[in-house]
Amino acid sequence: MPVTVSMTVNGKAVSGEVEPRTLLVQFIRENLKLTGTHVGCDTSQCGACVVHIDGTSVKSCTVLAMQAEGSEVNTIESLATNDELHPMQAAFRENHGLQCGFCTPGMVMSAVDLVKENPDPSEQEIREWLEGNICRCTGYHNIVKSIKAGAEAMRS
Amino acid sequence: MYEFDYQRPASLADAVSALQSAEDGQLLAGGHTLLPTLKQRLARPSDLIDISSIGELRGIAVDGDTITVGATTTHAEVEGSEAVRSAIPALADLAGMIGDPQVRHRGTIGGSIANNDPAADYPGAVLGLGATVVTNKREITADDFFLGLFETALAEDEIITAVRFSKPEKACYMKFAQPASRFSLVGAFVAKTSGGVRVAVTGAGQEGVFRVTEMEAALDANFSADAIANIAVPDDNLNSDIHGSAEYRAHLIGVMAKRAIAGCG
Repeated sequence: MPVTVSMTVNGKAVSGEVEPRTLLVQFIRENLKLTGTHVGCDTSQCGACVVHIDGTSVKSCTVLAMQAEGSEVNTIESLATNDELHPMQAAFRENHGLQCGFCTPGMVMSAVDLVKENPDPSEQEIREWLEGNICRCTGYHNIVKSIKAGAEAMRS
Repeated sequence: MYEFDYQRPASLADAVSALQSAEDGQLLAGGHTLLPTLKQRLARPSDLIDISSIGELRGIAVDGDTITVGATTTHAEVEGSEAVRSAIPALADLAGMIGDPQVRHRGTIGGSIANNDPAADYPGAVLGLGATVVTNKREITADDFFLGLFETALAEDEIITAVRFSKPEKACYMKFAQPASRFSLVGAFVAKTSGGVRVAVTGAGQEGVFRVTEMEAALDANFSADAIANIAVPDDNLNSDIHGSAEYRAHLIGVMAKRAIAGCG
């Protein structure tokens, strides 16, 4: 039996008809057509689907759309403003923090949340924070460099 | 996932009646065990009853040497709580070792212990600290709560509301994580409490978390890693899988317990 779910996504009030078992990531990708959020493993391990719910990073493949009812959700599409990349996105581009790019939206969303909690993370802290974000190209070295640079840019 | 109906009651009383009236109701808090289980079609509840927005179930309260953690308090909240860190640092450390940051933002203490996964971390702390599980019906001591593999003393319509911990003299949790899943292959929680030393082991037992009473007795007499150096844990009831044989896990119990004692300082 379809139900109606309503939330705020990237600052816009949205609602849609979903099945109760619809995942938040499905709602974002299929109902809202915001395909920047990726599904990698679908088992809450890889982090390609990371979005923010009420300002906190979560894996949207392991949240029901209904659980986000009434919440503020932000996806990777929320970061750039007026065609200007968010400092973390710019840092990933500048430092070549991606290879195939599939994990990048989740990496960036995860990184933005880290910097919110810890404005000047050490390399070790960045690596520990990325426990739940997997890059199958194994491009971690530049991802860590990007986050360090992105954090610095976000501070200034 | 099979189909289900979704309900979000506003109060504990409403959650209890939803659970009682559902054909096969299942509580949902953070969903970080339940949703993966449903995706694999290992369970088929008729209703998911989302208790995550019931305010009375969430939060950390301090009363003297007692810390009460609400059932739907997330791992990240316990990890980041100054109150928990100052009273029972081992508990905050343990919460910070679960999964990854995003999992810790959603997963809850009540969900973890209600599920009683044999490789979960929280059962180690709850049993190791001799905590009390508070439900809508009664209070259950940790020793009576964990009954076996994915089995607890909870009745069908019983809801964990909080877990109450007493501040130990000292405590430490040491975990040997399975390298891919980060679940504990073996985790040892050692606590020196007013009622004596407690050693709880998670990850290793076929029936879930258990106490090592022989180590406890030795540590009551002499709280040092040397005191348990010659205590061998039998491997009869330990898990044996591609990640580690029962014999290997038995050895790790001794190693992790000694590290935990050293970590108590």
